[in-house]
Amino acid sequence: MTSRDAILAAVRANQPTSTPPIPDIPMFESSRPLLERFQESLISMGGKIAPALDGQSLDTLVQSLFPDAAVICSGTPEVRGTRSLDETAGPATLADVDVGVVRAAFGVAETGSVWLSEEELKVNAIAYLAQHLIVLLDPTRIIGNLHQAYRDARFKIARYAVLVTGPSATADIEGVLIHGAQGVRSLIVALIPL
Amino acid sequence: MKPIDHAEASSHFIEAKEHLEFHDRRLWDLRLKRDREALAIPEWEELRDLASAIKEHTLTHLADYLEEFEAQAKKNGGHVHWARDGNEHNQIVYDILSAHDAKTLVKSKSMLTDECEMRPFLEMRGVEVIETDLGERIQQLDDEPPSHIVVPAVHKLRGDVSEVFARTIGSEPGNTNVPYLAEAMRRNTRPYFLSAEAGMTGANFAIAETGSFVVCTNEGNADLSANVPKLHIASIGIEKIIPKLEHLAVFIRMLSRSALGSPITQYTSHFRAPRPGTELHVVLVDNGRSQRLGMKDFWYSLKCIRCGACMNTCPVYRRSGGLSYGATYSGPIGIIIDPAFDIRKYSHLPYASTLNGSCTNVCPVKINIHEQIYKWRQIMAERNQLPLVKKEAIRVIGKVMSEPRLYRAAISATGLAFEHLPRFAIYNWLNPWGRQREVPAPPKQTFRNWYLENRSRR
Repeated sequence: MTSRDAILAAVRANQPTSTPPIPDIPMFESSRPLLERFQESLISMGGKIAPALDGQSLDTLVQSLFPDAAVICSGTPEVRGTRSLDETAGPATLADVDVGVVRAAFGVAETGSVWLSEEELKVNAIAYLAQHLIVLLDPTRIIGNLHQAYRDARFKIARYAVLVTGPSATADIEGVLIHGAQGVRSLIVALIPL
Repeated sequence: MKPIDHAEASSHFIEAKEHLEFHDRRLWDLRLKRDREALAIPEWEELRDLASAIKEHTLTHLADYLEEFEAQAKKNGGHVHWARDGNEHNQIVYDILSAHDAKTLVKSKSMLTDECEMRPFLEMRGVEVIETDLGERIQQLDDEPPSHIVVPAVHKLRGDVSEVFARTIGSEPGNTNVPYLAEAMRRNTRPYFLSAEAGMTGANFAIAETGSFVVCTNEGNADLSANVPKLHIASIGIEKIIPKLEHLAVFIRMLSRSALGSPITQYTSHFRAPRPGTELHVVLVDNGRSQRLGMKDFWYSLKCIRCGACMNTCPVYRRSGGLSYGATYSGPIGIIIDPAFDIRKYSHLPYASTLNGSCTNVCPVKINIHEQIYKWRQIMAERNQLPLVKKEAIRVIGKVMSEPRLYRAAISATGLAFEHLPRFAIYNWLNPWGRQREVPAPPKQTFRNWYLENRSRR
């Protein structure tokens, strides 16, 4: 008997015979304004909101946020940056990126998260190997909570999908909060309509 | 093998006063943060009911959901392996690595690989394993197991970390600045991410409907381990399955709130299919879980989502440290899981509890933890696994309590004894309770005598 069959047989023999039904999951909608709640949650998780564009170009905004950045790598045609994101190059070639720029598919107000998949990231590792990440988000694409998020069919299509909430963080030494554990040191969301 | 003596092991932890006080405070702080988040959600208790019901449904239909997960994962282009125990899991992982000529493995935190003792298995066969979670890396470099399932090095202070890093990764000796230490780890680990041939993660949840699995982390290390090398291996316990994506929402909303008191982890990552040109391997591990599923009183423990809330709230855990349990899983959840792995080795653990029920109250999936601890105590007593002093004490108490005349004589004698006996007769090895405490002064009069005087003639 293969291990697979042995395990499945043992599970079948032992699983309790009571058969509680699977519950329906309510949507638990909240009446709080979405944008306000998104910003509050994002900031509590260590993320930031970019200042308004005020007529300047997106490239100018990115440069003003990171004036010392040598390599700015963008996964969206809205920002040119200094280097285009080459989908065919290996992820390790992104090791020297100072600032990555991507556009999120949507945001979640409850948690301050942005949704990204290989479609938005081009090379998944950009969201982690870059020192800093700027995420463009259409403010009309903010949904209320995770119950709504997980009804999105794109979860069933994406090979890789991630809810990113603020920058990488650790509190593993004496509970002292550090931003920039292994991934990006900062995360800025720019609320730019599509 | 001799049973783990939790009380003896924790006495070493208690001796380091500064460590003990910090540990207690830090974990209680996590508990308070958890309370703040839970109270901010009006439907919190409803979410707990839902989470419990989803898990109970899944576990009672587990074989079908495992088959559905496997079929979907294969359809997505992944490879699915099955391991009956830790050794088979380790061998499968090693065989995959060998087939890819992988000599270095970057991995994120996984209690399951600790449970399987995978690291020494691979290292003996020439694979370099790099833990990339900060806490887990500290423990690896110090050659200690994790002491907490969410914050593995919570029993260490910054001075301890500084000493470990200076000795192992060349940080500046004596520099105890926390941002400096975290940065030293980041700089030491980055080259491994870029050059390792293989990456490994665990999984918090696996979804039958989509064949995908979910990893919840804060540091970004799991996503680097999975998204940079060309080979991704994920070790998943068979109890991690849930039916559909819509069920995932319930758990994601509660996991980090219960664990760390944050609304969500920084990264909630969903892996469904390999990146083009790479391989994704899933290893489904039993290692005693199917047996536990058949244990009438204990199968509920398989609902656990490893948030650690029960540990943070437990007065015994906070004041004894995870390493004193001598097992992969410590704290209240460990007490009910560990004896199922080895009933003799962990026979004393069910006594490392006050049975105050706080663990049960904070559990996001409503496991009746303190009731299971009590059940394990009954089993240990039936199987004659009690320590001698406890056994004798319980035998004497049983006799005295069953005979009113004996009971009355004993009570008045006890009162006299406490008033007149020298300290060494009361505070000795037969009375571990009195080690850190003063026995309260006995009342002047027993309740029975008071009743006879004041009430019995009315």
